[in-house]
Amino acid sequence: MNTRETNWIERYRPGQRMIHWTVAFCFLLLAASGLALFHPALFWLSAFLGGGPWDRILHPFIGCFMFVFFFWFAAYVWRDNLLDARDWIWLRRIRDVIENHDEKVPEIGRYNAGQKLLFITLILCMIGLLFSGLVIWRVYFSAYFPIRVIRLAALLHAFLAFVLIAAIVVHVYAGFWEKGSIRAMTRGWVSPGWAWKHHRAWYRAVMRSSRGTAPPPG
Amino acid sequence: MALQSLDIVRRSATTLPEPEARGAYSGQVAKLIDTTKCIGCKACQVACMEWNDLRDDIGHCTGHYDNPHDLSENSWTLMRFMEYENPKGDLEWLIRKDGCMHCEDPGCLKACPSPGAIVQYANGIVDFHEENCIGCGYCVTGCPFNIPRISKKDSKAYKCTLCSDRVAVGLEPACVKTCPTGAIVFGSKEAMKQHAAERIVDLKSRGFEQAGLYDPAGVGGTHVMYVLHHADQPYLYSGLPLNPRISPLVRLWKGATKPLALFGIFATAAVAFLHYIGIGPNDVDERDEEAARRELEKTR
Repeated sequence: MNTRETNWIERYRPGQRMIHWTVAFCFLLLAASGLALFHPALFWLSAFLGGGPWDRILHPFIGCFMFVFFFWFAAYVWRDNLLDARDWIWLRRIRDVIENHDEKVPEIGRYNAGQKLLFITLILCMIGLLFSGLVIWRVYFSAYFPIRVIRLAALLHAFLAFVLIAAIVVHVYAGFWEKGSIRAMTRGWVSPGWAWKHHRAWYRAVMRSSRGTAPPPG
Repeated sequence: MALQSLDIVRRSATTLPEPEARGAYSGQVAKLIDTTKCIGCKACQVACMEWNDLRDDIGHCTGHYDNPHDLSENSWTLMRFMEYENPKGDLEWLIRKDGCMHCEDPGCLKACPSPGAIVQYANGIVDFHEENCIGCGYCVTGCPFNIPRISKKDSKAYKCTLCSDRVAVGLEPACVKTCPTGAIVFGSKEAMKQHAAERIVDLKSRGFEQAGLYDPAGVGGTHVMYVLHHADQPYLYSGLPLNPRISPLVRLWKGATKPLALFGIFATAAVAFLHYIGIGPNDVDERDEEAARRELEKTR
């Protein structure tokens, strides 16, 4: 589709990509080990962490690890994920977005309203999962909480994990759907046509600053 | 403790029925603890640790008779002592042998995520199979009576087995065997109810108007029952709950949430797949690249 002759635009720096995939890998382990304890039909997923007891032992540590790396990544992108007035227009025209009529929606900055909402959802889920997770972390913390709080935390943890997993399904599919997006996170760069089509305001800003017109890495 | 047999009627974290051909056709079992006959000698605690080969750590005196201070992975039963001043101004020493109630509808089993770590036998006994226990503590979360304890040493959950190993070979539980006053009796649940009814008639004739049987319906009845002088106020007996039931939060967590959440996740993935098939990917084509190039030239 694209050739290397054009000016490629760097979307994610190497460090950012490594952090993103660290979080992604943690997510896979956490989703598998968490779903294993959530529904009997998925208990076999505990095999990924080495069986039931290891599932129970490792899940919270991986969760804490993911929390740190998630917010490290979030620190890079939060500024571009603040909702503004144009985002509401985008959301009202969600139908056009879904039907691939990008020309009918307003120009988008570095992130569109869907990405921003996803970002906010993930932030809230991560915070809620951390605190509810600490409460139900039997070995170290459960003894400090009354049983009602533990019961509520168990339910909340399951609910937030469901929201998070569903949000990540949407996130993964969006990357697969908008061709050229996955490469932004694996190799780091996007084509000018991709930026112009999906994030035109960002493309213009990058062109003005001329910072982003670096040659493609790799 | 592990006692594999075919008369298991319920297994934690399983979605299919257990082999059910062998039922408890001669009736389910129950242990009846008559608090009105109990003298607080703690022989039952000793018999329990002896039969089950348990040795708890030497604890500290906390200023009352409870010893050890609480149930633990090594103390599956415990006499709890409560001094109660009744409305007449008299002191009553209410002593209750605490331990697993063996609920007909066990909250621990409902909450347990590990297949076969908690089972219920046809005779009503609820048993932990520690070899399948993963140590998550969900049983503690699910129990309405605050009974299971997670070992600090091996992170496994422990509680009274109702001496399932003894009962399986036709013996009574060790605590029953040893009780010197006959305050603890064991037999079929029906027989125990009859025995309790006779005791209650006797107690009422002695002025305990509210004497009654503690067999709470909120958990489907229990296979450990109490005769209480004050059945209308079970909480007098060191916090025995008035209407125990599996918490609605636990019911929701281990009930509707499970299928709904899985359905939600699969539905999201299915909608995404159908979108790809029906509407298709959003490609960047040569016209977009061309437009981007023109845009770039404008800015230069």
